[in-house]
Amino acid sequence: MSMQRRDFLKLLGLSTLVGGTGGGAVFNVLKPGELEASTAKFKSTSGRTWAMVVDVRKFTPDQYGKCIKACHREHNVPDFGNPKDEIKWTWTDDFEHTFPGQGHEFMDEALESLPFLLMCNHCEKPACVRVCPTQATFKRASDGIVVMDPHRCIGCRFCMAACPFGARSFNWRDPRKGGFPMVGDKPVIPNPEYPTRTKGVVEKCTFCPERLVLGKEPACVEATEGSGALVFGNLEDPHSEVREVLGTHYTIQRKPELGTNPRVFYVIGG
Amino acid sequence: MLDKAISGSRTYWAWLGFLGLISAAGFVAYLFQFNYGLGLTGMSRDVTWGFYIAQFTFLVGVAASAVMLVIPYYLHDYKKFGKVVILGEFLAVSAVSMCILFIFVDLGQPMRVMNVVLHPTPNSVMFWDMIVLSGYLALNIVIGWHTLHAEKKGVAPSPWVKPLIYLSIPWAVSIHTVTAFLYAGIPGRHLWLTAIMAARFLASAFAAGPALLIILCLIVRNVSKFDPGKEPIQTLGKIVTYAMTANVFFFLLEVFTAFYSGIPGHQHSLEYLFFGLDGYSRLVPWMWTAAALAIVSLVLLIMPGLKKNEDILAIACGTVFVSTWIDKGMGLVVGGFIPNPMERVTEYTPTFPEVLITIGIWAIGFLILTVLYKVAISVREELAGN
Repeated sequence: MSMQRRDFLKLLGLSTLVGGTGGGAVFNVLKPGELEASTAKFKSTSGRTWAMVVDVRKFTPDQYGKCIKACHREHNVPDFGNPKDEIKWTWTDDFEHTFPGQGHEFMDEALESLPFLLMCNHCEKPACVRVCPTQATFKRASDGIVVMDPHRCIGCRFCMAACPFGARSFNWRDPRKGGFPMVGDKPVIPNPEYPTRTKGVVEKCTFCPERLVLGKEPACVEATEGSGALVFGNLEDPHSEVREVLGTHYTIQRKPELGTNPRVFYVIGG
Repeated sequence: MLDKAISGSRTYWAWLGFLGLISAAGFVAYLFQFNYGLGLTGMSRDVTWGFYIAQFTFLVGVAASAVMLVIPYYLHDYKKFGKVVILGEFLAVSAVSMCILFIFVDLGQPMRVMNVVLHPTPNSVMFWDMIVLSGYLALNIVIGWHTLHAEKKGVAPSPWVKPLIYLSIPWAVSIHTVTAFLYAGIPGRHLWLTAIMAARFLASAFAAGPALLIILCLIVRNVSKFDPGKEPIQTLGKIVTYAMTANVFFFLLEVFTAFYSGIPGHQHSLEYLFFGLDGYSRLVPWMWTAAALAIVSLVLLIMPGLKKNEDILAIACGTVFVSTWIDKGMGLVVGGFIPNPMERVTEYTPTFPEVLITIGIWAIGFLILTVLYKVAISVREELAGN
């Protein structure tokens, strides 16, 4: 006899209506489809869910800087020259701090000192989106990118407390006052095509929707072009390059135990 | 009744003027912050909540503690609290007002605060926190004001107040539970990710709030003809004793789980707070002060007979208040951010303008408290005089 899980839960729910335990299951009886909605994997409306593979074996030492520079230039990420006001969308850290708790004292020293490119993980179940009180940060239904609406953000920074990856930055002050080189009394905005932010809002890596819409790859990916160090593509397409790499290599994610399901993967070695 | 607030002694006006001056100084500091941005504070990318949210978290507890008077008086018919229950409700009004102000000054874009209402987001705990806090503020203003008004007229409160009073009991629990959920529901911050957080919050709230109320009762007795009475104060002392004991016990449970399990992530924040981490130890003296004060308070409260002496009780309450203020404020909020998710340490110290704004808000809170207490006390004095 086969019994669908949903039917089983329905039965359980009905029995709890009588028996009085397991109130959570009652919910499923009362609201059809609730169960599917809560357990379903994210499915984009366009058939594309963007993901990134960082292949650290293929990174050359100068490429990290190039990626970060390309990203920060593209998005007018300000540089105040001090750690207190720091804003960063992409950055690097070593193994110990990228994958806390996953290293050990006898680890390959080369790996230990290797830099890892870090950015927003565009999680499948992003904690930042869950906590935002205004939906200023949200997961795009069309392609799973976790984006920010800086015009709606009230600057409560709940998302920064919630993000387990330190991917978010806050504009502690006006980026146009001290965040860019000045010519006379005017700041030189690196990319006039892209907006600057105002003080008091949160920002982070966006996987470059402004480039994707033009059919281009994200700025950091373009900066490593030809090397294969960064592979960007559609997770829902079994024949995409990202899926190809994920299917044939041992890849790891940052803090998988937290259940946010990062969409940035790392190829470490082998 | 509000007229009672505008007729008072010279001392009353001097005290209001003093509080007004301090809040004005805080307001000026806030204008600077409003203009420059939150960069004026000591907060950073790694420690994104600081002194403001610490005060907010602590004061939600003070506000919730009014329920420790409401339950005995209204549910258990403990008549002796009849005189002080209004003081608890008005303390809640003042505390919630401060909470709202502390949230406001912590926002990067305060002019957009109504976005929380315009785009209601039930999956955000902060949305619920806004609802429960504003609801609790309204409940206490309505209940406190109406019952006092009825008392002034010598009639029983209207029947519609009773359901509101009963509603205020779970509501008080909810404000502190929801505030705890702000912290306890987010992944990756080990100090906060603990199921006992809400229980711990309630325990420390029911210690700190009534402790402050005892001190306020003693002050009220000294500066007015209204005497809250010896017995209610002693009963409050018992409540503080039980709650503080539970608070310390809950904290020790956290210590046990972190250190006996040996899981490094669970230990880091506690290590930072009490011993320092990677050579950073700015909060260590504060945390040991909190620990020492907690021990002193428990000795004074538990040793038989000691708290019968109101001077000793006042000292015990002072130690409870300061200890929980450090532990639940800076210790819990800042400690949760250290180390950061990459296990690196960035420390935090509030800046001068940040402290000034904070003191300014406390002054506004005491201003509200003074005015409300003045009204309540004047009504009582008048009734006693007739």
